[in-house]
Amino acid sequence: MLYREAGQFKSTYAQDQQIFPILQDRVAIAILLAVAFLLVPAFGNQYWLGAILTPFLIFSLAALGLNILTGYAGQLSLGTAAFMAVGAFMTYNFVLRIPGIPILAAFVLAGLCAAAVGIVFGLPSVRIKGFYLAVATLAAQFFVLWVLQRVGWFSNYSTSGVITAQEIAILGYRFDTPAKKYLLTLAVVAAMALLAKNLMRSETGRAFMAVRDMDVAASVVGIPMMKTKLLAFAISSFYAGVAGALHAFTYLGTVEPEAYSLDLSFRILFMVIIGGVGSILGSFLGAGFIILFPIFLNLASGWVSGLFGVEISFAVVSNLEVIIFGGLIIFFLIAEPHGLARLWQIAKEKLRLWPFPH
Amino acid sequence: MTVPQPIAGAQRVGEVVLAVENVSLSFGGVKALVEVSFDVREHEVRAIIGPNGAGKSSMLNVLNGVYHAQKGTIRLRQGAAWREFHDMDSHEAAALGIARTFQNIALFKGMTVLDNIMTGRNLKMRCNFLQQALWAGPAKKEELAHRRAAEEIIDFLEIQHIRKTPVGRLPYGLQKRVELGRALAAEPTLLLLDEPMAGMNLEEKQDMCRFVLDVNDHYGTTIVLIEHDMGVVMDISDRVVVLDYGRRIADGTPDEVRSNQAVIDAYLGVAH
Amino acid sequence: MEFVFFVEVLAGGLLAGVMYALVALGFVLIYKASGVFNFAQGAMVFFAALTFVSLTEAGWNFWLALVVTLAAMVLLGIATERVVLRPLVNQAPITLFMATIGLTFVLEGLSQMIWGSQPHGLELGVPDVPMEWLSQRWNVNISQFDLFAALVAGVLVAVLALFFQKTRIGRALRAVADDHQAALAVGIPLQHIWAIVWAVAGFVALVAGLMWGVRNGVQYALTFVALKALPVLILGGFESILGAIVGGLIIGATEKLAEVYLGPFVGGGIESWFAYVVALVFLLFRPEGLFGEKIIDRV
Repeated sequence: MLYREAGQFKSTYAQDQQIFPILQDRVAIAILLAVAFLLVPAFGNQYWLGAILTPFLIFSLAALGLNILTGYAGQLSLGTAAFMAVGAFMTYNFVLRIPGIPILAAFVLAGLCAAAVGIVFGLPSVRIKGFYLAVATLAAQFFVLWVLQRVGWFSNYSTSGVITAQEIAILGYRFDTPAKKYLLTLAVVAAMALLAKNLMRSETGRAFMAVRDMDVAASVVGIPMMKTKLLAFAISSFYAGVAGALHAFTYLGTVEPEAYSLDLSFRILFMVIIGGVGSILGSFLGAGFIILFPIFLNLASGWVSGLFGVEISFAVVSNLEVIIFGGLIIFFLIAEPHGLARLWQIAKEKLRLWPFPH
Repeated sequence: MTVPQPIAGAQRVGEVVLAVENVSLSFGGVKALVEVSFDVREHEVRAIIGPNGAGKSSMLNVLNGVYHAQKGTIRLRQGAAWREFHDMDSHEAAALGIARTFQNIALFKGMTVLDNIMTGRNLKMRCNFLQQALWAGPAKKEELAHRRAAEEIIDFLEIQHIRKTPVGRLPYGLQKRVELGRALAAEPTLLLLDEPMAGMNLEEKQDMCRFVLDVNDHYGTTIVLIEHDMGVVMDISDRVVVLDYGRRIADGTPDEVRSNQAVIDAYLGVAH
Repeated sequence: MEFVFFVEVLAGGLLAGVMYALVALGFVLIYKASGVFNFAQGAMVFFAALTFVSLTEAGWNFWLALVVTLAAMVLLGIATERVVLRPLVNQAPITLFMATIGLTFVLEGLSQMIWGSQPHGLELGVPDVPMEWLSQRWNVNISQFDLFAALVAGVLVAVLALFFQKTRIGRALRAVADDHQAALAVGIPLQHIWAIVWAVAGFVALVAGLMWGVRNGVQYALTFVALKALPVLILGGFESILGAIVGGLIIGATEKLAEVYLGPFVGGGIESWFAYVVALVFLLFRPEGLFGEKIIDRV
């Protein structure tokens, strides 16, 4: 009864084209934002803010970036982590080499660098599709990381390979506690999610989806193939780059190539598949799932040990985690290709009808 | 932003706007088109017919740059000026005002009917992606203006009830209609229809005939169509060109073509 | 002296390329028969090698371990067909590709859960040392084991070719590869064929796993070696066994030569990406590979 759109008439196209056309959705999102911005930093402890919520937001942003490329524009990438690495290293360099630069400006510049790298490795997409493209993006994964490791300039000739990220400051104001770092991350991610949502519901988003669904037809209605695909790579890599910068600065506190391995690229792809291909919300749901599930699995193994008195080793749990992720990928591709986001949508449909089933 | 305005009264067939001259196309050793020439006049409904494998779809594909002819020229009139092509790509063709539907429906299956029709207007949208991401001022205004234009096409094709449905879920006949809608959204000067009535039942065919004639009448759009249903072809087209084995074997009014011996032979399968 | 060194590097590279080709063969088999790009081939190599080495270390007889491992691979093939491929039939290739990425993780987790994650050494009776007469006579160092691996690869390709050309199943496989629908129409049981192909690919994975296991030890890093088969396939094309071999040789040789002659100038370690960048360049300028045909999009 609560979630009902009956009676909410739309008399203009502007009303019909709002992000959240249903009143209850608007209320819910307002409450969610209020909680995230006000209550969480006030009451969240260090562990939740620093080890769960901040990385959750960062991976959501990375997944969102990959989702723009793979989910909306239909171009598969296995190199997301490399674009994140570009963002992280370039932020370090911009802060290092331009004294007093506001961190947000460094993020944007680093994101632009990642976008440029993305365009270069996206060039083959003009001629190829599918798993061919997967191989091309693998080249990004391995080559970019090698460059960042071998070319001393990027790490300011650090010998250890691990550099400490500089402190985060905007015009002298320091973000030095987990709560402040969380708030900065939240603000960046929320703003970028809004921009992505707007972009995907306007001409650019439609061009992406058209290229994804049928490229010949897209070209026949006048959508420029090369520009559209490269734009998708650029925007996606920009998002990944900013996510990488946040990952290094507000989460890890270090800039190191090892953090951006092929494994991370796969993890982000899993977030997209499980969360929902071609859905902004799905990127968040997928990231939440992939981050929370191992924690849950650890807890569960603890309970099982307690109940049955058998010791479950860490190795078993971590292997089990890998198996379950892999299995879930197959399961979602077979049973619900649009992932958790689609399940959420179905739940909302049910709620609209509740308590009358028809 | 201009919404296509109906032009009062039925359109009179005008001067030649498109001339195909000696176009040849082959795939490996297979000759799909051999030295084909014909022209299309402004505001006319021009049919291309022929037995299976005659090269009809290939001809349309050459006209809007999906395939590239090895030989020949295509001349297209824009206002008073002629533009000559040996080779164009389909994106260019769209920019020149050529729109197209496909025999096997080439809609964007994951998108809604409304979004599919909106893609037809992409060439008319001017805002860049940064403005769109901000959804402010000009981008929002533009989006709403084009939404209005898309809604007019939705009204015209009587598909209001399915505007938010993903096209993948629609029955075949409706998908064909949506595809016509996407082509119309571009406000084309030349509309290429590849078997718009194939696989339809009688009622759907009648609806589609009506839409095609209405488009021709109200908007003055020049139409080139491929169709197998001879009754439809004879009823709605002004002139007919007949292809067989990639060659033009006849060209003329429906009556002339109907009585042409080469055409009768081609359809009845007389040995060559 | 210079020249001898070059020959050594080249030979080493070519022989390493044979090993890449062994992995790539498994991809080609499955792609030809079912149109699936099986990302899990590398994990299958790892799984096969780990199973075999764990069984022999547990005191099993060599041949018994081999047969049991082979049986496991056949079972895996059948299970994959039932659980992953059959429900996804007629889906977009990209969906199937992502499903095999899922399968990769399941297999990797499963292998390590059953057999543990510590690295194993593997011996097949052919030592990985330079051949004496070659080094004495010509002063060229080429490993015995490399030649053995090349021989095995040659025999494997010959056996596969015979299997495809001469047997009933082989003919059915080729028919399926040519046209799924037509094969179904003449009564070829598609699902059996797919299970057989996956089983054969499992066998190829076992052979590749043994060869790589002797060279690098049986460990998780094997899955990265297997990834190198992807650039090989870009060069050779996804549908040609010959292409897999030639692609493997080219990748193996250029990679070694680049590492030795180019590496010192750029700080080394270029073996990690060189093959992929070669593939990338190919994708830009000749996406159909060396042997593939140009694809025309029909509408």
